[in-house]
Amino acid sequence: MSKLNSIAISDNGFLFKPSTGESFTTNEIGLIILNLLKEGKTHEEIINSIMEEFDVDEINAGRDLYEFLDFLKKENLID
Amino acid sequence: MNDKKYTIAITGLNNIDSPGPGVPVIRGIKDSDLNARIIGLAYENLEPGIYMPGLVDKTYLMPFPSTGSEAFLERLAYIHEKENIDIIIPNFDSELYLFIKYSEQLLNMGIHTFLPSLYQFEERHKDNLSEYAKKYNITVPANKAVVNSKDLADLPKPITYPYYIKGKFYEAFKVNNYNQGVFYFNKLSAKWGLPVIVQQSIKGTEVNVIALGDGEGNTMAAVAMRKQYITDKGKAWGGITINDERLLEITHHIIKETKWKGAMELEMIKTEEGDYYLIEINPRIPAWVYLAVGAGQNIPEMLCRLALGEKVEPKETYECGKMFIRYSWDLIGDISDFEKIIVFGEL
Repeated sequence: MSKLNSIAISDNGFLFKPSTGESFTTNEIGLIILNLLKEGKTHEEIINSIMEEFDVDEINAGRDLYEFLDFLKKENLID
Repeated sequence: MNDKKYTIAITGLNNIDSPGPGVPVIRGIKDSDLNARIIGLAYENLEPGIYMPGLVDKTYLMPFPSTGSEAFLERLAYIHEKENIDIIIPNFDSELYLFIKYSEQLLNMGIHTFLPSLYQFEERHKDNLSEYAKKYNITVPANKAVVNSKDLADLPKPITYPYYIKGKFYEAFKVNNYNQGVFYFNKLSAKWGLPVIVQQSIKGTEVNVIALGDGEGNTMAAVAMRKQYITDKGKAWGGITINDERLLEITHHIIKETKWKGAMELEMIKTEEGDYYLIEINPRIPAWVYLAVGAGQNIPEMLCRLALGEKVEPKETYECGKMFIRYSWDLIGDISDFEKIIVFGEL
């Protein structure tokens, strides 16, 4: 997660990647996922948090997580 | 602190859509502790910097470098006699040759510069980039200097379409077919002379570095920037400082190996694979220098101090995520100012 730790993340969901100057925006779920990833939480723990926070079932929470992880990988924001 | 007032002459007051670096250089100096009287040296009577309130203390028109060294030096001597110039910062590629060639003569007059040697200046020319890259172990796109448009029909491999065709000093166009290539060849050769340079287009992000070398191999300052908004002339209209360690490593390597003296701009392409291609070295301060000042490295001030022979501590850090956004602004001038520039060549 070293790449992720170098990303500046604001409370508004604005992400800045200092090594390239790229910026991104994310929604509330994305922001929670990012912060949990930074804390080193497992995927299972993150899914549980999403279920609690947004009152969704495990399938939807998992879909949100893995879609977002795909986005982070595609933008080279995580290893 | 030294309170001496220095007279600093600066060219490149053309703050237009393809801006010269003069105005941001002056802003940097004005932001610094230097006590300076600013003399603008302009080549055109409508360069905006001449008329910007509070920017220059006085402006003189200069003859174009193409009119020859005699007229150029005569005019500088005249201005020096009136103003007693301590430092000149030339900001145009096309005038650098003269300033470098006569830097000793200028120094004997009491005018300091901080410029690369003629060898350093010539060596990094666009038409010599392949040799340069080989000598200093840098990656550059395949390129060829072309002196005849017929050569465009038979470019060496691996150059393929699209490629960039570049003028000797300025301007570049993307070329997708032979006819386009010939059209731009004629345009560029008529404007900037020969050779015209063909350079393979590399897919990636354009990243630039402004740097300052002390002439001993040390990097005194270096700030990396990513262009965020590029005009149809290829100029940055917005940019952001970035923390690209590899890019800064390459910069340090080039300055160390070449013992570069003075300011420079490295224009590079970073590919998706993380490879860096050097596409150009500009042997002067770039127009986006004020971003470096805003990020914590006042390169114009450092350059002035180095020119004066002062000891300058290298700047090793800068603020990442600083942005610049250019804008245009209509100045209201008076015909009497324009008249003075036209009739007397000074304002």
